Amino acid sequence: MRKLVIWVVRGYLGLLLLFLYLPIVVMVLLAFNQSPLYKLPIVWDTVWFQSLAHNDRLINAGLNSVGLAFANMVVATVLGTMAAMAFSRYQFRGKLLLELLLFPPITIPWLIIGISMLIFFFWIGIGRGLHAMLLGHVALSLPYVIMVVGARLAGRGVVLEEAAATLGASPWQAFWRVSLPVMAPAVMAAALFAFAISFDQFVISYFLAPPGVSTLPVEIYAAIRKGFTPEINAISTIIIAISMGLMLLFARLYRFGGER
Amino acid sequence: MMQEARRRATIGFLTAPAYVWLTVTVLLPLSAMLFFSFLTVAPINGRVAQLTTEHYLTFLDKDFYRTLTWRSLRLGIDVTLVCVLVGYPAAMALAKYVHGRWREAIFLLIILPFWSNGLVRVYSWTMVLREGGFLDWVLHEIVPGAPAVSVLFTYPAIVIGLVHSYLPYVVLTCYVSLEAIDDSLTEAARSLGASALQAFLRVILPLSLPGLLVGVILTFVPVIGSFMEPRILGGRSGIMLGTVIEDQFTTVFNWPRGAALSFIMLGIVLLIFAASAPLLRGRLKGF
Repeated sequence: MRKLVIWVVRGYLGLLLLFLYLPIVVMVLLAFNQSPLYKLPIVWDTVWFQSLAHNDRLINAGLNSVGLAFANMVVATVLGTMAAMAFSRYQFRGKLLLELLLFPPITIPWLIIGISMLIFFFWIGIGRGLHAMLLGHVALSLPYVIMVVGARLAGRGVVLEEAAATLGASPWQAFWRVSLPVMAPAVMAAALFAFAISFDQFVISYFLAPPGVSTLPVEIYAAIRKGFTPEINAISTIIIAISMGLMLLFARLYRFGGER
Repeated sequence: MMQEARRRATIGFLTAPAYVWLTVTVLLPLSAMLFFSFLTVAPINGRVAQLTTEHYLTFLDKDFYRTLTWRSLRLGIDVTLVCVLVGYPAAMALAKYVHGRWREAIFLLIILPFWSNGLVRVYSWTMVLREGGFLDWVLHEIVPGAPAVSVLFTYPAIVIGLVHSYLPYVVLTCYVSLEAIDDSLTEAARSLGASALQAFLRVILPLSLPGLLVGVILTFVPVIGSFMEPRILGGRSGIMLGTVIEDQFTTVFNWPRGAALSFIMLGIVLLIFAASAPLLRGRLKGF
């Protein structure tokens, strides 16, 4: 009886994983397929990756995506870590307000957030473009950075810092020699996370992208609506590989969901 | 006294950038959206706008918008229901029947796709569901004479794509609360004479309810705001509140109308949060 249950459980989880990975695997396989019409069965070829190398639009969009994700990573990680330190150390008025401000980026549909940013940025003259996208991406990343770093800090850093202070360290020394090393793994995990959020972000970028400036997801959406080629599969394969790689790294650093 | 001033300065220095950033990107934009929804035209490029409630009145007036809102809500309900029916048992299986390294590996595998590009995953479903796509091909390899299968551009296609996107959320949140339940509680219930089903319904399910509810909200809310999934997978049958809002901004250029529709959607979202707040209050602490 117990054995039967175990097999049912394994079968169920197997089917679930099959469902989750089927479309991704099909997409990756078709990126290596010769036929421009997605004809099956697959004839192995790297022609779509080669043509990608000559597609300036996609290459530019790719450079934008990486640059934006990098800038977002730096800004969101620094600001988020600072806020997380204040959160874990101090009780202060306005804490609730900041918590409330962190709420919408996670809970309100991105469509609404993106549109409100478009309206506001256009209205006051910030306009659209990579700078506007950076504003938006950092807003989306901040709550996650604060959560990831804050979880690590909860209760831990303060005691050690006080100990360092008692032993004669200046606040800066305490920060660089004690707090930062304690936080380091969480800060790195948060940074990866922030990079991935920006790199994968479509909705906000879509509304804040002026003609001629786009990121990979925006470019892919345009291509899908125009009628697509397996070149899109090739670029999608690269995107999936990068973001899944980042998340595996994140999982190693942060060990979320594990039993330890 | 000095110390208090110093404390304040530190807090200010640490949190001010985050405050300012979120005010500019979240608070002010949402306020601007509310303001725009009461204007006749968007006050940009030198146009002069008057205040009006016409966009809200149109919404109440026209059957089209009511149908649209209902369609989006129904999509949210359908997707959430499927996610819960598939995801809860999976979380249960993972939390109670799989252990050690396997559990860690499967858990990671389940949430890994979730952290990859949503657009790419929706796009990849088109290659599985279309006529001549993977599903069609496999079927014809098994049953050569079968009729062509095309699920793409139907309502079920939208549901499949969205379930694929949000299922990991539900598994994740349910797993977290199921894993925290001590197995000895079930054993106690069983030893006191409860059947396995009773133990589940009276002990496990109520205790895992907060996690389940968080999963439900985190799925339902973004689904009613979805536009790219219905657009790509639904074709003509994919007209939702979200796609109409998108059109107002990208093709019709009626920003005030789009803002009004967005604000109505935001209102629905806030109602959902308000309705679930009493259920969640205080039970989220352990989450």
